[in-house]
Amino acid sequence: MAVDYGALKKGGFMRQKQKDNFSMRLRVVAGRVTAEQLKAVYDIANRFGKGYVHLTARQGIEIPFIRLQDLDEVKKALVDGGLEQGACGARVRTVTACQGSAICPNGLIETQELADKLDARYFGKDLPHKFKLGITGCKNNCLKAEENDLGIKGGMWPTYSQDACTYCGLCAAVCPTDAIIVDKEAKELTFDSDKCVACGRCVVSCPTGAWQGQKGYVLSFGGNFGNNLKFGEELLPIIFDEDKLFAVVDATIAFFQEYGHASERFSKTLARVGMDKLRHYLEGVVQ
Amino acid sequence: MSKADSFIDITDVVCPMTFVKSKVAIEGLEAGQTLEIHMNDGEPIQNVPRSMKDEGHTVLDVQNNDDGTYTILVRKGED
Repeated sequence: MAVDYGALKKGGFMRQKQKDNFSMRLRVVAGRVTAEQLKAVYDIANRFGKGYVHLTARQGIEIPFIRLQDLDEVKKALVDGGLEQGACGARVRTVTACQGSAICPNGLIETQELADKLDARYFGKDLPHKFKLGITGCKNNCLKAEENDLGIKGGMWPTYSQDACTYCGLCAAVCPTDAIIVDKEAKELTFDSDKCVACGRCVVSCPTGAWQGQKGYVLSFGGNFGNNLKFGEELLPIIFDEDKLFAVVDATIAFFQEYGHASERFSKTLARVGMDKLRHYLEGVVQ
Repeated sequence: MSKADSFIDITDVVCPMTFVKSKVAIEGLEAGQTLEIHMNDGEPIQNVPRSMKDEGHTVLDVQNNDDGTYTILVRKGED
């Protein structure tokens, strides 16, 4: 019987150059793997592979040198070990994420639960081309939001109240875009919201609470790396509400399904139909 | 900048020593006394004042020295 390599690839079995050998990709969400799962990975790599794993560029695990004749047994070992097959090909891939506000002092949003929700909702969904979702907890961007087809970045929109302000000037010193100017002599502070990138540094630094902030999601669309480098673009103002975030992700994926050609990356679709078309489409959703 | 009770220059060290030296310096003071910290722009100004806040101290003033450094004035909080 002919081997259906397409079906195998869909389930994360990456055909190797060595005949009938596969690098088996596992389903990993947000780079989080339990110690129990690692035991199973250890066992499978020893029994069926060559005793090592490959850590992928997007927080995944692959076990190379899985032989065709062992596939059924390996799949059973995955299930027994609390592991699942990953995905490759034209569909939603691994959702990457940093550790977020649960762990990181800089984190502005909770990333791990969000990654779980996105994975549960979209992982493996067939699309015109691969589709990558990535979440990073703050402007430091450790998880490189803009290299994903849809990137999510934690942000914080600041609001200023002069009552508590001592005009110490720290907010102006930490602002990366010079959106804040403090005149100590005149006791005046000016904030240019057009320059603000919602990094929240003024809020977390402010000694007196004169700056307060609302946490939210800053999204980027149409990024990809590989052969053609393209940074995802911000098309919408910061989104504060998780339901609205999911509505936008739903709409973005629906847009790609509707307008994307087969084997065309999202960035190429957007270049062809125009970024403004997606912008208008999404503005209808967030209003 | 007003006369502080103590002064420390951390322009010659990088994270995490910027925070360590600042913390040691402010621990030598009494609550209510002030410390001037001379630091570089970039990572130190982003993190040292914020760490001081997290430790319960108060940043009173920030002076941009216009030479790639800042001098901040911190008042030690109650233990």
